[in-house]
Amino acid sequence: MDFNRIKEKLNILADAAKYDVSCSSSGSNRKNKDNGLGDTGNGICHTYTEDGRCVSLLKILLTNHCIFDCAYCVTRKSNDIQRAAFKIQEVVDLTINFYRRNYIEGLFLSSGIFKSADHTMERLIAVAKKLREEENFNGYIHLKSIPGASDELMYEAGLYADRLSVNIEIPTISGLKLLAPDKKHEDFIKPMLKVKNEIIRYKEESKIIKSTAKYAPAGQSTQMIVGATGESDKDIMYSATHFYKNYQMKRVYYSGYVPISTDSRLPSLGSEVPMLRENRLYQTDWLLRFYGFSVNEILDTDNPNLDMDIDPKLMWALRNLNHFPVDINKAEPRMLARIPGIGMGSVHKIISGRKYRRLSWEHLKKMGIALNRAKYFIICNSSDWERRDLDAATIKGMILQSQNSKFKNQYNNQLSLFN
Amino acid sequence: MNASKTLVYDGSFNGFLTAVFIGFEHKLTHADIQKQGQLQSGLFAETETIFTNIEKAQRVWNGVRNKSNTAIKNIYFAFLSEQNNMEALIYRYIQKLMGSKHKGATDFSDDGVLKINQLAHKVGREKHRMEAFARFQLTKDDVYFANIEPDFDVLPLISKHFRNRYADQQWIIYDVKRKYGLFYDLNTVEIISLDLTDIHSNSIEKSSAFTEAEYEYQDLWNNYFKSTTIKSRINNKLHVQHVPKRYWKYLSEKKEAV
Ligand code: SF4
Repeated sequence: MDFNRIKEKLNILADAAKYDVSCSSSGSNRKNKDNGLGDTGNGICHTYTEDGRCVSLLKILLTNHCIFDCAYCVTRKSNDIQRAAFKIQEVVDLTINFYRRNYIEGLFLSSGIFKSADHTMERLIAVAKKLREEENFNGYIHLKSIPGASDELMYEAGLYADRLSVNIEIPTISGLKLLAPDKKHEDFIKPMLKVKNEIIRYKEESKIIKSTAKYAPAGQSTQMIVGATGESDKDIMYSATHFYKNYQMKRVYYSGYVPISTDSRLPSLGSEVPMLRENRLYQTDWLLRFYGFSVNEILDTDNPNLDMDIDPKLMWALRNLNHFPVDINKAEPRMLARIPGIGMGSVHKIISGRKYRRLSWEHLKKMGIALNRAKYFIICNSSDWERRDLDAATIKGMILQSQNSKFKNQYNNQLSLFN
Repeated sequence: MNASKTLVYDGSFNGFLTAVFIGFEHKLTHADIQKQGQLQSGLFAETETIFTNIEKAQRVWNGVRNKSNTAIKNIYFAFLSEQNNMEALIYRYIQKLMGSKHKGATDFSDDGVLKINQLAHKVGREKHRMEAFARFQLTKDDVYFANIEPDFDVLPLISKHFRNRYADQQWIIYDVKRKYGLFYDLNTVEIISLDLTDIHSNSIEKSSAFTEAEYEYQDLWNNYFKSTTIKSRINNKLHVQHVPKRYWKYLSEKKEAV
């Protein structure tokens, strides 16, 4: 193996792949087979990048040659950058050798589109197939579904991959037309639909015949770029909800646009990555998936954007003060989960704890509940509670004062843009 | 039995459970249970040496397990924390558990329960970290070798994970602090102790114990680590919070930073 040449390629092709934020390696249940190599589980972050993101997979492109020219992408045809391509065997060797040293949970392989969608998809599948069949590799494999790839290939991909993903990237169809005029919305949807249908079919069949055959056991995911086309938070979250519902997505990722181009259709070089906004979108996503909120409770035509200075649950609570205060010792779990400052972990602790005794402030504090936020919304076993009839703006002001938002700097910067 | 008596056990988990059994037998409300060689009680306290008895240990284990599976895990994890005085804490925890009507150790409004939960949580986190941060280096004898230096004694907890995952390669994970390790020889995992002259952290200096290619792969990995960072998003506070500095010396991707 020519390590120097590999190193050059790795630098180029890892660099180009890093804008895909997904690094999840969980949700699969592949076991080690015949004393081979690897298994999958809850997904381990083996290290963290200096920007604080989990590194769990070897995330690379097979090649960054591309026949398309999507404005938001570093790999676009018109961009003047170094190009490289891995051989199939090179990716296999890298994956196996990194895995054996406990650096990674597996491989996340994506690619620029060379020649055609099908040709590219075939090569991605060839890597996965080799890993599974020749190396008896049972670690995690995430393959990118190439927009426009045929149903036959998408079927085959799912036989080897744990997860498949197509990045929708631009949340609105009009945005897509503007930034990637030669890509069609249907091309993204088609492979998604095929994968969804196969997942359902395999699940149904496994109920009838016991078989160890798997099809993309960790499901599929997608990603949207945030802040590239002037879309609202409502646009993003409604479209995310659509994908969760209709394509049974396991995850939707939100990726703050990192300026990489002087194209006038996009935010200019040097503009700030909207990290705070990205964070608020993840919090919203979380509320939808685990806290029983529905999207129109949080965002609608009158409120198309999230509040940047407070989290979305607090935002919701302040708009719905009529549901509060909630009695910690009596309320149903679903209502406990809606109290600002109380996470799901705390909900469980409250429910177990209150079996033994009525809970007071002291108990709640010990459970690690963020009382500086929660106290305006609850009553517990104490006569000492917030009884003034405070309005939403006052509560918000008091909470903001009590917490030194870690994003304050960025928030101030963003504000100053509008001054 | 005299209330100020100290029970001394051999340091093993079964030894500890035996001591708990004896404590219960004598209806001690507070048990002063201590590891041999680490006696800390007053000079004049009476001591009784506990001989590990698997059968008695088993009875305590089963008694707890019948009450709650979470509790049994919490107790074992908290034990491995090696914290001062954890024996007394666990003793009280088991006492409370056995006396409680509820099936479980979930009274989060109780200080002792909270404390054990916190200890167990910390040990669990360390287990997880070692599963993540152990870095194998390939020796010329074809063994993948990793040194670790965990805050708690987590080797017994991580054995299964590595056995299941790396079933087709020989490996050693060695705890430098506690001076013992696990060796998997393609069949079973055994406990070993080694005479290590070098601590094989990922120093920049190469060791002749490892293959040439080993250093090439470390180099590739370090390169990968660098190119996957997005410069405009650097956040060192977050980085260090996830990968605390005390682990860096065993991580090849951080060797230049050490
Ligand atoms: S097709 Fe994919 S790789 Fe090619 S320019 Fe568009 S987004 Fe980038």
